[in-house]
Order: sequence, then C-alpha cells, then structure tokens
Amino acid sequence: MNLHNDPTNAKAYTRRAFIQNSAMLASAALTVPAFIQSSAFAMPKAEHGLSSIAGVNEDNILVIIQLSGGNDGLNTVVPYRDDAYYRMRPSIGIKPDGLHILSKNGSNGAVDLGLNQAMTGIRELYDEGQCAIIQGVGYPNPNRSHFASMDIWHTGETTGTGDGWLGRYIDAQCCGYGKGESGTPDGSMDDKVEPPIAIGNEAPLMLTGRSMMPVSFESAELFAWAGKKYNEDIVEEHRKLTDMVNERIEHEKDSNNAFLLRTAMDARVSSDTIRRAVSEKPLVNYPNNALAGQLSMIGAMIRAGLKTRVYYASIGSFDTHANQLGGHARLLGQFSAAVRAFQNDLKAQGNDSRVMTMAFSEFGRRVGQNASNGTDHGTAAPMFMFGPKVRGGFHSRHPSLTSLEQGDLKYTCDFRSVYAEVLDEWLSTKSDEVLDGKFKHLRVLQS
Amino acid sequence: MGTYTTHTQPRERVETSLLPISDEEFGYREARHLLWRAGFGGTDEQIRTLASWGPKKAVDFIIDYEDIPFENDGPTLFDKDIMTPRSREENMAFRLAQQTGDENTLNRFREMRQRAQREDRAQMREIRHWWLTRMIQTPRPLEEKMTLFWHGHFATSYRTIENSYHMYQQNRMFRGLALGNFRTLLTSIIRDPAMLRYLNNNQNRKNAPNENLAREIMELFSLGEGNYSERDIKEGARALTGYTYRDDAFFFSKNQHDEGSKRVLSVNGNIDGDGFVNAIIRSPHCAPFICAKLYKFFVSEIPTDTKALEGAERTVVRALSQVMEQSRFEVKPVLRKLFLSRHFYDPSVMGNKIKSPIDLVVGAVRTLNTPVRNLVILSQAIDKMGQSLFLPPSVKGWDGGRAWINTSTLFTRQNTLVYMLTGQMAQSNRLFVDRTPYDPRLIVDCMNDPRIQGDPPDELVANQIMDFVLGRRPYGASDQLVSAAYKVDKPASTDGIRTMLMLTTSMPEYQLC
Repeated sequence: MNLHNDPTNAKAYTRRAFIQNSAMLASAALTVPAFIQSSAFAMPKAEHGLSSIAGVNEDNILVIIQLSGGNDGLNTVVPYRDDAYYRMRPSIGIKPDGLHILSKNGSNGAVDLGLNQAMTGIRELYDEGQCAIIQGVGYPNPNRSHFASMDIWHTGETTGTGDGWLGRYIDAQCCGYGKGESGTPDGSMDDKVEPPIAIGNEAPLMLTGRSMMPVSFESAELFAWAGKKYNEDIVEEHRKLTDMVNERIEHEKDSNNAFLLRTAMDARVSSDTIRRAVSEKPLVNYPNNALAGQLSMIGAMIRAGLKTRVYYASIGSFDTHANQLGGHARLLGQFSAAVRAFQNDLKAQGNDSRVMTMAFSEFGRRVGQNASNGTDHGTAAPMFMFGPKVRGGFHSRHPSLTSLEQGDLKYTCDFRSVYAEVLDEWLSTKSDEVLDGKFKHLRVLQS
Repeated sequence: MGTYTTHTQPRERVETSLLPISDEEFGYREARHLLWRAGFGGTDEQIRTLASWGPKKAVDFIIDYEDIPFENDGPTLFDKDIMTPRSREENMAFRLAQQTGDENTLNRFREMRQRAQREDRAQMREIRHWWLTRMIQTPRPLEEKMTLFWHGHFATSYRTIENSYHMYQQNRMFRGLALGNFRTLLTSIIRDPAMLRYLNNNQNRKNAPNENLAREIMELFSLGEGNYSERDIKEGARALTGYTYRDDAFFFSKNQHDEGSKRVLSVNGNIDGDGFVNAIIRSPHCAPFICAKLYKFFVSEIPTDTKALEGAERTVVRALSQVMEQSRFEVKPVLRKLFLSRHFYDPSVMGNKIKSPIDLVVGAVRTLNTPVRNLVILSQAIDKMGQSLFLPPSVKGWDGGRAWINTSTLFTRQNTLVYMLTGQMAQSNRLFVDRTPYDPRLIVDCMNDPRIQGDPPDELVANQIMDFVLGRRPYGASDQLVSAAYKVDKPASTDGIRTMLMLTTSMPEYQLC
C-alpha cells in the first residue's frame, strides 16, 4: 500500500476487493431511529451570552480603532507654531490656513495645535468636549518594524510577546487569572463574560487571551454557514444537525464531543443574533467608507444589547512613504467622519455615555520628510479617545521637535499609562494584574 | 470490529495497559483511528488495508517510514541570501551616514532593507505553501506529523527572526530528526540559527549572560516548571554563552564563552552547551515531560505538568517514560509502544481529540480526496483557524485542544470544507466558484460496488459516509442527510453525496478524530 496522496491519481480512491471483510454492509442494516424533534432549548447555556436581556445594561464598553501602517501624528495634530515643523517638512508641512485651529479646551496648557483640515467631525467632537488627544504616546527603545511595534501595542509588553492586553483582561474577568499565568480553561468560567468582537478577517492579538478567542467576522455574510450558497434549502438540515444536541453527547458531559456540540450551537445562536443585529438599519446615516461600515455594525450590536464589552475595528494604509499629503488627508477624513457618525449613532441610541472609543497606531513617523514627499517609520504619536466620559482636550506634553533621538520624537507618555487608566477606571479591573507593573494615570477619563 | 453507538454511555474503566492490542480487536475503526492520529487520516481503501494487516504490520508500516521512498527537499530549494546582513563596507558607509546625518544614504539603506524584508516575507509564504503541500502529498504522514510536533514543541516564530531561510533550515532539521533521539534534538536546537535568534542567545555573552534560551529549554522544552532552580538557569545560561550563528550556520564564539566551573542540575564542571544538555537528559523529569507532550499530541489533552496527572494518564505516561529512558531517549520505540497499545484504542481515547487546523485541512484532502483548489486560500483559512505555520503565537507553541474552537473558528472550519467540496467561497457570490472537478462518489464504497444493482439504498449511502467521515453515526443525522440530498438530487448521485458531505463535515463531530 502507498499512503502517497497523489492528486492526479484518482484510482487510489476507488474501492478494492475488501468487501468480503467489510463489516460496513452488515452494520448498515442497523436502523436509525426516526428523527426526534430537537430538545436544544433544554440545553443549559443554550442562549449563552449573546441574547439581549430586557432592561438597560450598565456595563461600560470599549471600542478600539486601529490605524494600521503608522499614522503620521505630526500631520494629524499639527504644531503649526513651531518653525522646526516647517523647516523639517518644507513641502509636506501643513500651513495654518489648511488646519482646524483648536481653541483652548481643557486644562493642559496653551494649545498651539491644529487638526488636519480633513478632520471636521473630530474637530466638532473636540469642541463638544468629547475628544481627548493624548500627545507623544510611545514606549522606550522604539521598534520601527510594523510587525514588532504592532505586537508591542497589542500585548502591552515592550518585548511584544505574550497574550494580548485585552485578552488578559478577559482572562482576569472570566477565570480570575492574571498576567502570564496559564490555566487550562475548564468548566469554571464565569459565563457572563463575553468574548470580544473584532470586525475583520483575523483574531487580533490584542483581544486574544487564554480563556477565549475573540469572535471575529468580516461581514455578517461570513459569519454563517456557506453551504447555503450552494443550496439555500439545505440550511434547514444544517440547523437541525446543529441543534440536536442532547441526544448526541457521548461519554461524559465534559467530553470534547459535548464541548463541540455546545459551541456549535453557540455559534449558530451568535450568528443569528449578530446577523439579526447588524441587519437593522442604523438610527443615523454613516458615510460610505470601510471603517464607517465596521463602526455601524458595532453600533448595531451595542444597540441590540449584546453583552460584549470590547469591540475592535481597523483602518489601514497609513504607511505613507511617498506623496502623502492627499492620501493621508483622505484617510483622516474617513476616520473622522466614521467616528463622528458612530458617536451620533450612540447618542441617538442613548448608549453614548457607556461607550468609549480609543484610536491608536503602531508608531508615528519621522519628523523630517523623506525624498519622496512622504515620511518613514518613526516613534511617538498622538492617541485619541472619544466619548462623553473623557476629559476633552489635550493630555501629556507635545514632544519637542528639536530635541530628537536619531531624527525621531522622544515619547512623553508611555502607552501603558493609557491602558492602565482604561483598565482601572473604565473596565473596573486591576491594571497591575493585566499589565507588567503599575502605570500612572493621566486622568484622561472623568472621575 | 466494534459496533457504532449513538447513545450516551457511562464511562467504563479506562484501559491503561501498554500491552499490544490483539489482531481480533484491530478492525476498521482502529485502523481509521491510527491513520488519523499518526498522520492526517486515510482513504477508505487505506483504512481497510491497514485493518486487514493487523496492528503489528500496520504500526510498523506507519513508523518505519524510511523504507518508503520520498524525496527530501534539499537545502537549495529556497534562496538563502535574501536577508544576508550588511557587508563590512556597507556597515562602515551606514555608520558614516549616521554620524554625518546623510539622510539620502540612510534612506537608501532603509529602502534596501525594506525591499529585502518584502522579498523575504514573500519567500516565507512560499515555504508555508511548500510545507502544506508536503503534508498533503507525503507517503510518510508520521514524518510530517512529527515535524509539526517539534515545530510546536520548539516553537520559533518568523515574526521575531524575520529570516525565512532560517525557518526552512529549522524545519528540515526537525524532519531529519522527526523520530530521532531527543538528546540529539536538544544538541541541534542549541545550534539552530532560528532558535538562537528567537531566544536571544546570540546576545548571550560571558560578561553579560542572557538567560532566555537556558530558561525556556528547561521550562518548555525538556523538564517543565518546578523541576529546576533559578540557579540552574543562571548556570545553564553561562554554559550556553558564545553559542551564536554567522550567516546560516552555528558559530561558537570562543571569546564569549564562559569557561569557568558551573553546577547545573547537580552536575559540576566546566560545562558547555552539550554538557548542559547531558545534565538535562540525566534529570528524572526529562522523559516524563517529553512523554506527556507526546501523549498530549497523539492521545488526549492532559496538563503538561506531569505532577498533576492522575489515573490512567499518569500510569500510561509513566510507562512510556520508562520506555524512553530504556532506549536512551529514542522517540521511535515510545511511539511504537503507544500506537500498538490497548490504551491507545480505548473507547475514551478514540474519536475524542479535537483536530488541529492542519489536521482538518490536510486531512480533508487526504481522506475526502477533494481538490486542493488554491493553496493561498487554504493557507489563509488555516491562519484564521489559529495555526499559522512558522508563526506560533509564543515560545509555548499552540495550546491546542479546545483552544482551537470558538464560534468564529467553527464557521471558518465548516466553510473551508464547503469550499473544498464545492469551490464556493463564503465571501464571494456564486459567479466566483472554483470549478476544479471533484467526484465525491469515488469515496463512498457502496457507490462503486459492482454487486449492487441500481442505486444503493439511501440510508446505506448516508451511513457509509458517516462511518468513513465521522467514525460514528450521530443520532438522527442519517435522516437529515438523506432529506438534504433529495433537495438537490438524490442520495446516490454526485450532488447528493456532495451535499451530504457538506453537512457531515459541518457537524460538530467532524471536528474530532
């Protein structure tokens, strides 16, 4: 016999004369009992989590927006009174008449900064006190590789290794174990804790811990069985096969088989719930861009009362090495308009005060422009936080444009300070159990 | 051969004996189980052949794979020079540009490096496709399965080392030692450029020791937490000083090596890297730790902390480690003993392991004979399921077991099978369907039985599909399969069988092997 699997040789798959030995034909005589209506609804945890509960859910929600590729902080929040800025960016420095000049708002010193003119929506949020801008966010020994720096932001570790920081938060909530501890998730989970939801085709490291994987989906369409595209009518059988659970548990209640049957039904239920939620027309109009589409789905899930506390969306193409002015402004315009619509949506739902949105990028870009009217990978950059519960205005200090390190900004705020405050104040957990050490809060959030 | 049961049964006493299973007890189910666990599943014909051979011949055939010819891809299959470090002259020019602030030159170097990285990432993708193809086609499935085991055990990620050729080199090393000697694996891993870089041993110098590699070797690769002291780590790190690499090869930097006297795991002397490995191998904790990892990979989910084991698992892991110690750390006798043992075929073991994403995808092609269709798509699907080859999540490798499964990976698993069976992708409309021909009738025994006049009975078709594809007949499932088949055609037809396969592979039980 040969175990070689030669795709061109179909002969290997035809039958041979083993039929005499075969017990298959004999066992085929066994009759299978007629299908009995599923008792799925008797299953414990059948509606695990995603069902909406009548009444108001008071739990705070965190929405992460990732600006992938390294957003050019200096052309997002522009230090237009600093000559060094125009000196180092002779052709891509944005003049004051191309900016939203920000008024002093908040308590952290004079505002010599303007927002890129594409960011009208965020300017409005700033004026309403619903936008906090944290300046000069970075970490020691900056890494300029997209991969490595993204891992650092995702893990909350300067080594960029280990589980995601929000994954560890989920671990702490549901299973009571902290950073670096390995516990095999068994039946002892707090089933009120929901997995985070990411819009996109992969499970972001940030949301990945040891106890549960994030639910991720690109679109409602992908979060469903694709067999229905082959034939719409066989969905009925697929559903029945997923719901006939009790009759099929083998061995003990905690066998892998039982675990899979339950998860399959959870998947069916959450697929139904999420697809039902996102099929609702939003209360406000969203602009037509990819990030807005993601945020409108998140808005719909929040509105439907899902108990998920962490959502994740992302927008790419910030790696502006060449001719960046137009393209960068277009991206910022999409980001800004999407966030504005999202905040409007949450307000119309009455959910705005329990949702906070945080936007970050893996690094900023170099202070000096390059030879192609673009910018290369740099270091510190501003972070944004949105929502009625932030202290609007500027936080931390803007890094100096003249005292540089190898042509790059020196960070003035460790990103883990922001994480720590979000964990302690917004998600009501202990940040030092999730992060490596204690980090001083900036007081970006209202107390 | 046992009968198929569909009802909840009280768990009977688990068979703990490592004595060999008898010929009479080794039937279709047992052969199917062996093919899945020691490989990536087999065709109906392969299952029947192994069953007819009996356990001894079947296990020897799987394990003594060197007898089966299969070309081993050589070191020149991929380009080793993409990430070659800057030359001495280039380095001087670079430093000069840094000192003088020569932005143009610096930009040129930056661009050169970014171009090399792009090219290298492309080669990494090719290498991933190459390995996936190898797993799909190999006549020696255990060789690839063990290569995958060592990749997860000595987990090294491309993300950190950013050198695809070093990942390829490491993969070849694992394949060469797939069923080799564990001591040799340890002495090879402390000389492996990818590992040396991944755990920073290239920075482990006499005057500034870096403990990363020494720590992980003891904690994750050989002994397990609690079975060594902090002092052993410190002294072990000293033993590994100067173990680094140049270009693509191990390099022993004598100047950086600490020649002083050390004490590791109660062994004294001027210990070097090999001395460190010898001290580990002498520890009573080494064989149980490795056998527990093998057990976890081939038999069932258990804690890697051997002290936490109880009952049957404890007995079996102990017995296996005795085999390992007696054979001076050869892996082959351990697996031969295991695959032949009565314990391996206990009802609590068979069909109760969650398939890894690789098992799922490679196994689908190898058992159902589906077309591969598009390696890029399959490889992305495997990523989404959480097992990116050459990119394990951390030095601990993949957790495996239930960690593979959640609501989104379940849909990805089901939909990948839909794609393989029909060419239909979840994210595209019905116009963009891969039309590679696939005749699923060939894998259903009764469809090819010359003694059956006309169509075989509906229920026979459904049951044969479940026996072969699931290894069980879940309660009530046959009726649903037949009902769905009639919606597209009839059960004994190409589209009917395709439909039944789609539904069978969407069942939670399909995730088990």
